[in-house]
Order: sequence, then structure tokens, then C-alpha cells
Amino acid sequence: MISILANTNSQSQAMSGCRERRRCVEMRQNLLLLLFIGLLAAHMIAPPCAAASGSAPKSTVTADHGKFEQLKGPFADGPAVTRACLGCHTEAGKQLIKTTHWTWGFENAVTGQRLGKKNVVNNFCVATATNWPRCTSCHIGYGWKDDQYDLTAEDHVDCLVCHDTTGTYRKFPTGAGHPNYTAKEWPPKSGKIWAPPDLANIAQHVGPPSRDNCGSCHFYGGGGDGVKHGHLDSSMHKPTHATDVHMDNDGLNFSCQTCHSAGGHEIAGSRYAPRASDSTGIDIPGRTDNSRATCESCHGGTPHGPDANSKLDEHVNKIACVTCHVPQFARGGRKTKMWWDWSTAGRKDQHGNPLVIKDPDGYPTYDFKKGDFRWEADVVPEYRWFNGRINYSTLGDRIDDSGVVEINRIEGDASDPASRIWPFKVMRGRQPYDRQTKVLAVPHLFGKDADAYWKSFDWSRAIKVGLEATGQKFSGDYGFVETEYSWPVTHMVAPKGQALACAACHSRDGRMAGVDGIYMPGRDRFRWMDMLGGLIVFGTVGGVALHGLGRVFSRRRRRKS
Amino acid sequence: MARIYLYSRFLRLYHWLQALLVIALLLTGFEVHGTIAVSGFERAATYHGIAAWSLLGLWALAWFWHVTTGEWKQYIPSPIDRVVAMLRYYGVGIFRGEPHPFHKDRWQRHNPLQRMAYLSLHVVIGPLIWLSGLAYIFYPYWQAEPMAGMTLTPVALLHTLGAFLMLAFLCVHLYLALTTSERPFGFLKGMITGYEELGDDPRAPASRDKETA
Repeated sequence: MISILANTNSQSQAMSGCRERRRCVEMRQNLLLLLFIGLLAAHMIAPPCAAASGSAPKSTVTADHGKFEQLKGPFADGPAVTRACLGCHTEAGKQLIKTTHWTWGFENAVTGQRLGKKNVVNNFCVATATNWPRCTSCHIGYGWKDDQYDLTAEDHVDCLVCHDTTGTYRKFPTGAGHPNYTAKEWPPKSGKIWAPPDLANIAQHVGPPSRDNCGSCHFYGGGGDGVKHGHLDSSMHKPTHATDVHMDNDGLNFSCQTCHSAGGHEIAGSRYAPRASDSTGIDIPGRTDNSRATCESCHGGTPHGPDANSKLDEHVNKIACVTCHVPQFARGGRKTKMWWDWSTAGRKDQHGNPLVIKDPDGYPTYDFKKGDFRWEADVVPEYRWFNGRINYSTLGDRIDDSGVVEINRIEGDASDPASRIWPFKVMRGRQPYDRQTKVLAVPHLFGKDADAYWKSFDWSRAIKVGLEATGQKFSGDYGFVETEYSWPVTHMVAPKGQALACAACHSRDGRMAGVDGIYMPGRDRFRWMDMLGGLIVFGTVGGVALHGLGRVFSRRRRRKS
Repeated sequence: MARIYLYSRFLRLYHWLQALLVIALLLTGFEVHGTIAVSGFERAATYHGIAAWSLLGLWALAWFWHVTTGEWKQYIPSPIDRVVAMLRYYGVGIFRGEPHPFHKDRWQRHNPLQRMAYLSLHVVIGPLIWLSGLAYIFYPYWQAEPMAGMTLTPVALLHTLGAFLMLAFLCVHLYLALTTSERPFGFLKGMITGYEELGDDPRAPASRDKETA
């Protein structure tokens, strides 16, 4: 009522402002027409959904770091930049030194294990101990070159590796987390020169981390592109829709922290303590913990929608989303390492030169420093029950060398309601261990000293130094044991048309062939039941046939007589 | 020769729909089971579900119809001597060209063996299949909470057994229905038109079966 009154009121005012009544009517018609065309055009240019995806977001930045006096430089080294950052971001250092990114230590509240890169053993380069300067080129700090590193030194936090937006900041591979401050050659004797980064320019162009920042370490874990995870590699810098629907460079273009929500430098989602099932549903600010690291955080517990076969949503409680939606990993055109046999390292070719063999795609299948490798692309994961608990073999744990050693044991089974079937990259290999004390060796690989394996190629010396550095004794008797390490596959979510169809698992030798504790139609049957059923059916058919034949013959006989 | 109306319109509809659904369920079911490969698992499972709900609906309707029309009485088992007479007929008499020991009329549609067979179909095989089938359909719901730890295994086993029994039933039914009528395909025609021609055989007078009434 009120609005109608107001309307007529404003109309009459507008009309009184017109010199001629006719002209005024024309004007109103023109206005209406313009309005109509405008609305139509607006609708065509920006359909309602397009605004949500694809279009570049407006900058929300409120500070131009290029205008800060403190960042004019020049800076002598990384820590000098950090001190400038901390001058304004007073709490950032305190936050960061508590994170796993910094401590490389992780207390698993569920299993009580002390994990983190500092404490675990893997079947890539095995352990960080005694190899610090090489490994810590992926630490978010500067100068972790031995086990005396000061984990409280806030000014040694490397702000730039995560916040550089220029793409020019690089930690030097052997620099213990520092970039090179003078021009340096890498790889050695390659003739490739790494120019030192322009720290002041980088500091003036800091911003929120992009995929490139996170990827500079996480895409290259294990010592090279795609080596470790298989679902994180250099193809994820600018992934296609087919590689990752969420990070699709021309589509949703998610950054890592779109899902791995970050506040106070604490990043959601942990490989050490993953959430195997999330029944919280869609995460709504104020109601939940603002952690968006699970699929369910955005897609909820009934993600397939009312138009989909309801059987799909009925799988959610037993099957992780990624089990169907990441049908293969290493799908971006890069290979991932699937096998690493340290026992064959150290070979030379017929000319006495260190041996390196590469496959036709340029991936090394043998490296004298590291042994034999197997690389694969488009890898079909292995599937296991998983409830979120992973038990790790940590430094010094006794192993059972009679079979394959599980470096991490994925817990969960069919009868456990918290368990779902998850996809894993299972990294396999052979690595050194002490045959007497039954502990996995900590080989001292990297260093300028003669004990380093990559100097002397003497396992005894390398293992002795490594074990003693971690407070253990070496018996002198080493061997190689086969190990496997299961990595939950979570990234490279495929377009929905490529998600696994039913028969991928519901068939005699399908993907779930090794998953026990459940009866799966199409995969399972009981031979005795099928034999009993066959007996019933074929017995009946046989009986009926005999009866029919008997009738035919008896009728013939009756007719004759 | 008499032409009598044996199968009402609903009964015929029920029979043929049931036949269609049972055959569809057997085909798709054995595909889901991995025994045959026709349309692929996904389609088989989907069609199996649709056919299953359709058959459940049809059976519910049929039970209602049988109860309200009194037709259920046609499934009451016959005295044992009548059953023995039928067994003797199928075992001996049929080979000697003896007359059928039973005569049909509107309220005596089934011979004593048919009564037993259809009764067992609807109170043993049927429920075995639909009870285990419902448990199968609702597995994700009961499995999580009320019966945690219970697996699909016994459900699947019973359902598979039901399928084998149904298939065996179908074989015998087709044999008897298509080959034992007095005229070729007489029973098939009866189930299509509703009318069956009886009394063609002079040795089978209508009065023979009065005693079973």
C-alpha cells in the first residue's frame, strides 16, 4: 500500500517536471524500453550462475606492500625480510612456529604417536636425520642444517616461500631452506645457473598463497616432480578440468586454501590424522569448525542430489568420495614413483662412470645414487578400509623382516562404522635395515663428509652415522627389506563423467578384489550356493525333459498297439 | 465340450504381469549376481530395483484381491488321497493315456498339485524372495545402526536361493502349462482369453470331481 502511494507520488512529481505531457509519456515509454533492453542484456551477459564460477574475483587487498618503507630493501638475506614482515605482522611468527609446517613434528592425539618429518621413516629418501640441508629446502624456515636447529627463532620463518606472488622466489635445493644469495649452479655440473632472487621486489609483492606457492614443495615431495603423492605434481600448477575439477585453471580455479582453510597460519587437513569420514555435513560458519578440508565440508552427506540414482548416496557411509571420483591418480601427464629399490644403488657403467638409465619419457629408471625406480602414470589406486587412524613405523621401531614391512599401517575394517573404503597410492621399495636389531636404517645420504652415502657409496658407513645420529646403535650387519607405504589419495578429482561406474567394483575381478569383510553383489558369490542352485534348476529341467520324453515314447507305443 | 470362464480379467493381468516381472527379475538378478552378462551391472541393478518394487506392488494387490474375492480358498490344500491321485497320474497315468483325475470348474481352478505348488510359491518362495529383497534394498539403513556387525551375506544367500527356486518353479510351470493341456496350448489360450474348453475327453466327465468340492 505504502509503496504504491510512494510510486504514484514520485510519478506525479516527474510528470509535473515535464514541459509537455505528450513528451513525458514518450520519455516514460523510452525509459521502459531502455530498462527492458538493459535487463535483457544484463541477463545475457551475466547469467546468474556465471558470477559464481570462472569470473576473476575483485581484489580484496587493503594494503599495497610496494608502498611500505620497511620493504624497500635491500635485504641481505631471508631472515632480514622476515624481520621486516614481523615488524607489522607481530603475531605471525608466534603462530607459525607452532605449525607442523615449521616444527616437522606432529603429535597424533588419536594414536599417541610422535610423527612429522622429524620422526617418521619413509621409503623415498628414508629420513631427514643427518640429511638436513637437502631435506629442509622444503622447510618453511631458514637454516635447518643439523639437529641443533632453534625452533623458536621467529625471524627464521620463511614468509616468502608461501607469500611470493612473483614466481621468482626459489629455495636452493641444498641451501637448508635459504635461497641462493649469489648465482649458483644446479644441478651440479649441469651448467644451469640459478640467479639469486630479488628479495626486495618479492617482499613488495607478497600476497595470499597460490597453488604455485604450496606446490613449490608439495608437488615435488620425495625429491622431484610428482615423486611422492602422485595426486600432487606440477600439472596442478595450472590443472585442466580433466585433471582436477576444483583447481581447473579455466574453471573453478580453487587455490589450496579454498579447501585447506587457513586461519592464524594453521592449515586444515592433515595427512597424519585424516578424517576418513565426515558426518558433520556442510560446514557453516558459526556452527562448525570452519574446516573445509573434507569433501563433505562443501558437498554434504548426500552429495549426489535428488536426480541421481539413490544408490549412490547409499554408498557414502562405506565408500569415500575419492574412491569413485579419483579413478586414477597421476592423471596430469606426469608420472609418479611407484617403486624404489635402494639395494641396487652404486652401479657403474662399462666405462666406470656412474650409471643413470632413463626411460623414453626421460624418467630415470636407474640412478647410481638411489637404485632402481618404477614410474607410472594414470595409476589405479589400491583400496583399503580406513578409519582415519594410521600407525607409523617411526625411528627405531622394531620391524618384522620376514615379509613386507608396512611403514604405515592403515587401520579400519568392514565392521567398524567409522571405516570407509579409501584409495591409496602404495609406494613400494627395498630399503636398508639393521639385520640384527631389526630397525629400519637411517642412511646418511647427503653431505660433504666421506661418510655420506652419496660420497663414499658405502652403506655401512652411511647407516652407522645415520643410526648413531638418532641415538641408536648399528650392529654392522645390514640388509635390504621390502617395504610399503600407503598414501591416501585425495586430489585430482575427475569430472563426474569419469567417476567409476558400478561395474568397476561390482565384478568378479574388479577394483575391490582385495577388500574383505563385505559381501558385494557382482563380486562375491558362494560356490556351494551356486552349485546347489544349479543342481535344483538343472535337476528340474532334466526331470521335466525325461518326463516329456517318456510321454512322447509312451504315446507312440500306444498308437502302434 | 464346454467352454467355461476360468480366469477373470484381473487374474489374467496379474498372471502375465507377474510372468513378465519374474522373468525380468531373474535375468537382471543373475546379471547382478555375475552369472550372465546382458545389459551390464548398473542397468541390471537399476532395472532389478524397478521390477522388484513393481512386483511387490502387484503381489500386494493380488493378495488383497485373493482375500476380498475369496479366491484364496482355491489354494487350500486338497485331501491327501487327491494329491496321491495326481502324483500317480503324473507318474504313471499320463504315460498310459489315462484320463486326468481332476476336473476344473470356476471355483476349482487348480488340481491338488497346483494348489500345493501355488501355495508354496506364495507362502514360501515369494516371501523368501521379497523379505530378503527388502532387506537387500534397505541394507544401508539397517546395517549402520540397528544391526551393526550383521553383513549382507545371509541376506544375499537367501535371496539367491529364492531366485534358484523361482527359476526351477518356472521351468516346471512352463512344461506343465504348455504340454499337458488336452488341446495344444489350451492352457495358454485360456490364460489369454479367460476361457478354457473342457470336456473334450469323454473319459473325463464333469461329475468326476464333485467329491472334491
